[in-house]
Amino acid sequence: MITAILFKTILVAIIFLVSLGIAAYSTYAERKVAAFMQDRVGPDRAGPFGLLQPIADGVKMFTKEEIIPNASDRILFILGPCVFMLTALMMSAVVPWGKSFDIGGVEFTMQVADINIGILYIMAIASIGVYGIMIGGWASNNKYSLLGAIRASSQMISYELAMGMSIVAIILMTGSLSLREIVDGQMHGKWNVFYQPLGFIIFLVCAFAEANRAPFDLAECETELIGGYHTEFSSMKLGLYLFAEYVSMFISSAVISCLYFGGYHFPGIDSLDLPQNLAAIISVAVLFAKTLFFIFFFMWIRWTVPRFRYDQLMKLGWQIFIPLSIINILATGAWMTFVK
Amino acid sequence: MSNPIDYAAIFIQFLVAAGFIVTTMLATHWIGPKRKSEKKLDNFECGIDSQGNARLPFSIKYFLTAILFVMFDVEVIFMYPWAVNFKQLGTFGFIEMLLFTGTLLLGFFYIIKKGALKWE
Repeated sequence: MITAILFKTILVAIIFLVSLGIAAYSTYAERKVAAFMQDRVGPDRAGPFGLLQPIADGVKMFTKEEIIPNASDRILFILGPCVFMLTALMMSAVVPWGKSFDIGGVEFTMQVADINIGILYIMAIASIGVYGIMIGGWASNNKYSLLGAIRASSQMISYELAMGMSIVAIILMTGSLSLREIVDGQMHGKWNVFYQPLGFIIFLVCAFAEANRAPFDLAECETELIGGYHTEFSSMKLGLYLFAEYVSMFISSAVISCLYFGGYHFPGIDSLDLPQNLAAIISVAVLFAKTLFFIFFFMWIRWTVPRFRYDQLMKLGWQIFIPLSIINILATGAWMTFVK
Repeated sequence: MSNPIDYAAIFIQFLVAAGFIVTTMLATHWIGPKRKSEKKLDNFECGIDSQGNARLPFSIKYFLTAILFVMFDVEVIFMYPWAVNFKQLGTFGFIEMLLFTGTLLLGFFYIIKKGALKWE
């Protein structure tokens, strides 16, 4: 019991530090990727190849003046970024990071909470993220912030529908809401993406929209809304908003890998019959490789595709993705009933 | 199957996350300089004096989207238990879902025809 709690605490701490580290270096990677795609050099002053840039940015954020506008609602103004960051950090609790370790005859699962409603938990926490944006935008009492916040919440709730329905098709095939069971159902290269290509595309696009990433970054569309919902924020409050975006990008990449790309499984490695601990280490590395690829994919899209117009965004979400995902559910159901 | 103890781990994660956020907010409050002035604490409005309150009426479309979201989200919630038990329900379950999505799509086409989702 004590060892279990101790292990969970250590695991939580490690995952927390890794998410922060990956989020910090995603900001660096994003600038390097953008620079590469636009034929520039990118950050190269702080440390070798600019590797210390995220740390410099962090220190700068901390040492900036904290401004709370007079017209704003003080408590909500502070609460907004806190809620947004909290939801981003809480999402990782149900992601299965790898196979279980065996230390002195005791099994240690590489998952903070192996609950049987895993995917519902992620959807629930992700939808609380809307409050972080809405509270922040409302509390600023600034026209740009409020418009950005309304746009963002409207967009996030619209894409949540299609996202929820694309997951239903996965649950149909697995018969479980637990992320670990969904991952274990994809052993030996039977990745869900091959059976659910349409569902995968819907889920991927919705993940972009949920994370407020380009081409769906209308909430903070600089040319129209200055900075959207975080126009009024400064110092680490702004830092939390920007940082949480990268944390949730990391977690949603991990969730995409788990739902559609076999999570910690890789064809061939499972049948090698490796010792348990070695297999566990390799499985963690496999999941991280897939996750890092999707983080890169997020950046690749951001610097390739131009931003949507708001009516196009809503049309895509409501009139294309919702009917498509319903068709996807019915087709999966028909296939499961009559073919399999 | 999950035990209540599994949810305790989520609580540990909550404590770590909340601890980090509180520490960050306090640290940035203490470290940063404090040189307030009246102009600085004004709301940002492209440099001109800000005009009135920001909490103005906004487009009804956003409200309509939110209402429609609540309705459709409830429908999606109904699909989850069905999907989990799909293998036991068999053909009967599939036909029931056809009826369910049929009525759902009926309402969906109604709101599209009504122009509730038109943004132009």
